[in-house]
Amino acid sequence: MAHSYTPGLKVLKNTEILKERRLPLKGLVTIGKGEVVAPDSIIAKTDLPGNVQIVNVANQLNIDASDIDAVMVVGAGDKINKDDLIAETKGIFGLFKSSVAAPVHGTIETISSVTGQIVIREAPIPVEIDAYVEGSVHEVIDQEGVVIKSNGAFIQGIFGIGGESRGEIKVLCDDRNSEISVDMINIEHEGMIIVGGSFISIEAYKTALEHKVAGVVIGGFNYYDLEEILGYTLGVAITGSEDLHTSLIVTEGYGKIQMGQQTFDLLKQNSGRLASINGTTQIRAGVIRPEIIIPLDASDDSVGKKDSKESSGMTVGSLVRVIRSPNFGKIGSVKGLPPELRKMESETMVRVAIIDIDGSKFEIPRSNLEVVETD
Amino acid sequence: MKLRSILATDCGSTTTKAILIEYIDGEYRLSYRGEAPTTVEAPFEDVTRGVLNATMEIEELSGRKLLEGNNIITPQKDNVGADIYISTSSAGGGLQMMVAGVVKSMTGESAERAALGAGSIVMDVLASNDGRKPHEKITRIRQLRPDMILLSGGIDGGTTKHVVELAEILAAANPQPRLGQNYKLPVIYAGNKKATPDIKQTLGQLTDLDVTENIRPVLEQENLKPSRDKIHDLFMEHVMQQAPGYKKLMSWTDAPIMPTPGAVGALIEMVAQKENISVVGVDIGGATTDIFSVFQKQFNRTVSANLGMSYSICNVLAETTLPNVLRWVPFDIDQKELINRIGNKMIRPTTVPQSLEELVIEQAIAREALRLSFIQHKSFAVNLKGVQKERTISDAFEQSDSGQSLVNMMELDLIIGSGGVLSHAPRREQSAKMLIDSFLPEGITAVAVDSIFMMPQLGVMANIEKENLSEQARIAALEVFEKDCLIRLGTCIAPVGNLEGNTNILSISLEFENSDKKEINLNHGELIRIEAGYEEIKATLTPVKGVDVGAGAGEPINTTIFGGQVGIILDGRGRPLHIDSESSKRISDLKNWSEAFNEYPDLGK
Repeated sequence: MAHSYTPGLKVLKNTEILKERRLPLKGLVTIGKGEVVAPDSIIAKTDLPGNVQIVNVANQLNIDASDIDAVMVVGAGDKINKDDLIAETKGIFGLFKSSVAAPVHGTIETISSVTGQIVIREAPIPVEIDAYVEGSVHEVIDQEGVVIKSNGAFIQGIFGIGGESRGEIKVLCDDRNSEISVDMINIEHEGMIIVGGSFISIEAYKTALEHKVAGVVIGGFNYYDLEEILGYTLGVAITGSEDLHTSLIVTEGYGKIQMGQQTFDLLKQNSGRLASINGTTQIRAGVIRPEIIIPLDASDDSVGKKDSKESSGMTVGSLVRVIRSPNFGKIGSVKGLPPELRKMESETMVRVAIIDIDGSKFEIPRSNLEVVETD
Repeated sequence: MKLRSILATDCGSTTTKAILIEYIDGEYRLSYRGEAPTTVEAPFEDVTRGVLNATMEIEELSGRKLLEGNNIITPQKDNVGADIYISTSSAGGGLQMMVAGVVKSMTGESAERAALGAGSIVMDVLASNDGRKPHEKITRIRQLRPDMILLSGGIDGGTTKHVVELAEILAAANPQPRLGQNYKLPVIYAGNKKATPDIKQTLGQLTDLDVTENIRPVLEQENLKPSRDKIHDLFMEHVMQQAPGYKKLMSWTDAPIMPTPGAVGALIEMVAQKENISVVGVDIGGATTDIFSVFQKQFNRTVSANLGMSYSICNVLAETTLPNVLRWVPFDIDQKELINRIGNKMIRPTTVPQSLEELVIEQAIAREALRLSFIQHKSFAVNLKGVQKERTISDAFEQSDSGQSLVNMMELDLIIGSGGVLSHAPRREQSAKMLIDSFLPEGITAVAVDSIFMMPQLGVMANIEKENLSEQARIAALEVFEKDCLIRLGTCIAPVGNLEGNTNILSISLEFENSDKKEINLNHGELIRIEAGYEEIKATLTPVKGVDVGAGAGEPINTTIFGGQVGIILDGRGRPLHIDSESSKRISDLKNWSEAFNEYPDLGK
């Protein structure tokens, strides 16, 4: 059968989710295989090397670098406090001494007789990693982290800002075409993940920020409004480190675009449940898409019955989303995948797919389609 | 062994392109090509999947079996498989490096040139005099997490203090590699050899240190090759081992995988040398734009890391601003909607323009990405800085300092464009016009595009070092480059100088191979295209007073030029190019130029 490989976004009702949680540097994993975790359980910790201060002692004392050992009053490995004496010249008959004081608390790391520099390392910076999702420890990666296994719904967005967050899902719109407006958001939504249909304006998002909403999941947002939130123009889609209380996950793209039916229905179905979300996006090699994870109760009969399907790319019958105008945002099904190149209005010769959208057939470049992976 | 067939792939950040070259009727020719999305990202996370898909497309088109299960068949047996398989790669974000030198404009720049020449993206240049405090440098190194660091500094036998200081800063930062936690960061030292023992002591334990020849052994000389070679070796040994699926890909290839830009540069350098010409080559990709040039026999490459047509398309918009993009668009458009559309291309980077309007916009953005990248290139491709020149009395009034740009548009003989937006433009006229609008060649310049973007594959082919294959592969690469890769678009003739106040600026007499003759007068502001195939055409160009077409102001030229798929292009618009800021005049000018070129014949219909 004709097939085509097109990366797609996942909208899965019930699947096994494996989340790798890794320390930035090797450290201590504090939990064992099989243990049950809550989203805020600490699973690993480490100390990042402290900040470094370089002091050029030779320059400050006006001596030759090779003479540095003679003036140092502390040695490599010694702990020092701010303003402690670290180097001193002998002076003339014990008078007219010059000295260097420690600029910070820390440890002397190296003393160089080539450059006359010393390196002072400040106290290490402790880092802890939490489990992020409810589940159990599936695998321990020695000294680096764990893989958490969870069963539940899994939805990928196309773009997001803000890092990890969690909260109860609250669907604010009746249908996937509706926008979230300023007056829909109030103090009751603090700590929740609010879900809308096609669009949220910058004003409404700011209201969500004010009310400390944990996250917003929406079909579309204006690209040009991002600058006001971020304080800079987003040139490349690499996000996640923004210091935002309210993470934003856009499921379809920029502009007003109705949320995919499957996505909206699944979020609505899970209204009231606790979800973990992450707006981190990296649209480069090693792509990272924003995500919404909704762990399901263990008492739920359907839990864990279906595994995530092996992705097989686009085939006849696949559900696809059009990802470029015309027909941008519409969902249809693949009726044919002709092998020969076809000429578009732009005169570009491309491989197309024949798509049925609401009963009408369209020829659309395969690269302008995205498989909607559902279960 | 006679080389009968070569399968070559280029794993780009968006697409993996495969070509099959065969020895048919006494010559090497491109026979089939296929492409598929690159599969470094989920759900595949294995670069070889994209390679197999692209190869599968060649199989479908040629009917020739190349794959056995999930493996490429080498060598060829009867009509099955290919004799050798080779590949280049820029997927996985390419090779990302940080370089360091003592003086930013001297060893810093030489190190940058070596890293760029090897095909890497230079994330930052650290230097003793870059104005940053040591702790700021340390924070920066930690943030960046490069794939590799090239440390240089000092001439051989000179002072060692400054370069050791840089090494101490690196050691204090204790940089971690971008991919994986289980290996030490590769660091290449290519500085003052007298400092080598101190460098080893400072960095030997913490990093995977490799020492090579000094990049600037004396002030007047750059020695880039040993560093470039070392970068290629370490790229294969370390970086490629960490990227998804590359271990497998490396086990398939018959020659080391080269970083894509490194391969393209090697090919352009070879062509300029062979023809003894000045060349500018450009490769505009999804994330970056690379510019290569050879002027006065000196090769330079720059990479504009965030000027590209998909992943970084929004950065092009941010750097150039919307009005500069819109000045190339011959219709009015809702600006806010346009910004969202560009944003959507960034988050869905593999899409292609289906409507004509979308194509025009995409090509407008490409002009700006190319223009900005070329500005960066011109300021980097310069003479060695800091070199003391001996001057005679005759040079006393000549202000030619060190650090002058080597790029001289009047001297330029050939522009080669490549990358999706140029190679895959539906009409060759569009590619030619994009190149001319953004590079603004002066005088007489030939224009060409890489037909299907196969310069990377040909570049790696020309550099195969396998015994008894290297010469054949080199011949095959140059043959295919001439016959199938390069599409000659034509020649651009652009007079410069004081055009204001002149109506007629240039008279042109052309004599074609069949003895047909043509006389044309070019007016200021006019763009004329004369259809002429790739043939020798005798040309006499007579500029008016104050106008230069290559021989000096007002001086006529008798020469031979070549046509091509677009023809002879007479560009009377002047340099720099002025586009009217008033909307209706701008649209009318753009339409006139576009019509002369037959660029978008269906626009507005």
